[in-house]
Amino acid sequence: MVAAAALAETVTLPAAGAALDIEQVSHAFDIDGAQLPVLSDVSISVEPGEFVALLGPSGCGKSTLLRLVAGLDKPKAGTLREDESRITRPHPSRVVVFQDPTLFPWRSVWDNVALGLEAQGILKSQRQRVDDALDLVGLASFRNAYPHQLSGGMAQRVALARALVNDPKILILDEPLGKLDSLTRITMQAEIVALWQRKGFTTLLVTHDAEEALVLANRVIVFSDRPARVKADIRVDRPYPRHRGDPYLADLRRQILSLLGLDATW
Amino acid sequence: MSTYSLSDGLASGAPRLSRAPLLANWVRESGVGVLASIAWVAFGLSCLWWEDVGDWSRTHSLGIAAFVVAAVALFGTVGADYLGSAGRALRQRAPWLVALGAFLTLWEVATAKFAWLPLPFFPPPQSIVEVYTDDLPKLLDSVFASVKLQLGGYLIGATVGFLTGVSIGWSRAVGYWVHPVLRFIGPLPATAWLPIAFFTFPSSWSASTFLIALATGFPVTVLTWSGVASVSNAYYDVARTLGAKPSFLVLKVAIPAALPHVFVGLFMGLGSSFAVLVVAEMIGVKAGLGWYLQWAQGWAAYANMYAALIVMSLLCSGAITLLFAIRDRLLVWQKGTVKW
Ligand SMILES: Nc1ncnc2c1ncn2[C@@H]1O[C@H](COP(=O)(O)OP(=O)(O)O)[C@@H](O)[C@H]1O
Ligand SMILES: [Mg+2]
Repeated sequence: MVAAAALAETVTLPAAGAALDIEQVSHAFDIDGAQLPVLSDVSISVEPGEFVALLGPSGCGKSTLLRLVAGLDKPKAGTLREDESRITRPHPSRVVVFQDPTLFPWRSVWDNVALGLEAQGILKSQRQRVDDALDLVGLASFRNAYPHQLSGGMAQRVALARALVNDPKILILDEPLGKLDSLTRITMQAEIVALWQRKGFTTLLVTHDAEEALVLANRVIVFSDRPARVKADIRVDRPYPRHRGDPYLADLRRQILSLLGLDATW
Repeated sequence: MSTYSLSDGLASGAPRLSRAPLLANWVRESGVGVLASIAWVAFGLSCLWWEDVGDWSRTHSLGIAAFVVAAVALFGTVGADYLGSAGRALRQRAPWLVALGAFLTLWEVATAKFAWLPLPFFPPPQSIVEVYTDDLPKLLDSVFASVKLQLGGYLIGATVGFLTGVSIGWSRAVGYWVHPVLRFIGPLPATAWLPIAFFTFPSSWSASTFLIALATGFPVTVLTWSGVASVSNAYYDVARTLGAKPSFLVLKVAIPAALPHVFVGLFMGLGSSFAVLVVAEMIGVKAGLGWYLQWAQGWAAYANMYAALIVMSLLCSGAITLLFAIRDRLLVWQKGTVKW
């Protein structure tokens, strides 16, 4: 019921998700003259508003792919498109939340969230959006605190608000909950789903936790070892909110773990 | 059972014991104040009791002033509870008042009264007071000249150093050209330029300003540069994905992140520019506290030298206090900064 109401609301919102096309992208790093191939012919097509989780062995190239989507780096081969237009540089319609919150320690919580609007020169007329974003993550009362006064979970919420204030069309999450304790993590997973349903942005989530991927995403992509190739592309057709004990999800989880080379005995 | 007897003992014991803790408390809080008062009375008496061995005009006034300090110390600490924060501050400093009173008494006796220390070189306290009252105009002129010279040179050096540091840290091309020059000239003590500076510059004042700026600029440049260079790339990535242009990256990311380093540079620059200031005033500029020291030495006016040294140290310490106050204001976001 709640989910249906939230979905009805997204229809009226202007900033919906964008389509993302990753076409035959390969990438490599130069390390002391030698080439280290990291992505090998990766093609993924993401529908507007989809929630895609990326899973893969550590060091296979997931973060590298996200940096390419964000436009922070250029691929050695292949193209990336957001709604038909080629991605060549960073743009606030594609915002990244990293594993470390990387809040600017010299700015208060409010000023951190205001960063994007300030950088684009529209803060003066749109201050309300900063307050709204802080309300959204439940940190309005901490607006004047400095980052060193926040807990890990609160800091990551601020980082989320700092991304959301720009009304991104694609939200890029690079293991955003990786360093949080399990209770905070479960709470924030629910918050992320709620925000996604409300705002309708396309979401790309890197995680190392198969269960997290299955609770959150409607599509899970599994990568091979470095250089990363798409090994499996799995639909998760289950309504939200999802239950961790769901046998359908447990079955998918077993499949995914065996794809990752972990033959699940549990 | 046992809990009952315990509380009984406390209840009956409390009123009997209360006088002793009260007295102990009073001694702890006001005892040092009384001692301070005694020390300053001793200083006052040491001024007035014996005849001076020399001819000084301020002995009597100094003695009276010491008694006034003694009275303030006594009433200020005993009645601190009625004086708010001033009373608390006085109480906290009372041990220092004791030490100071004792030191002045010893100094007075050892110089003005019995001349245990050789006289012209170790002037008594009243002769230094005499300098402050009788030579005040010249001293104030010197203070003004020193502050003016130091402030001008320091501000120029800090500004140029900061801008250079940011440019080297930000731009590879600027770094290519400026870095070698910096390595070649920077480590040279600024005073080594003195002889050349004094005949190439139009005035000794502009020469000294240049040298002070040089002494300030080097540490400020190096530390600003290293501050900008050590800013984590993650900050730039975040700002860029949020739509930041290069100017935003410099002004709102690199500079604020480097600011703690910049203040270390400003602090070091302040120290080395003081040294240059005094030497420049002694050698070339015919004004300022350095020059006053030199002049006093020429006339064997030792009291004037001590008087000028005290003023100089207050000024230098004041400048550093000011710098730290500015830093604390700008860097409130840092935790655990050192208190000066
Ligand atoms: N800037 C870089 N320069 C050189 N090598 C890099 C760079 N960034 C990542 N790598 C390498 O590329 C590989 C993939 O990294 P990454 O994308 O961060 O993996 P993960 O899937 O764990 O996020 C790793 O072996 C890493 O060492
Ligand atoms: Mg990673």
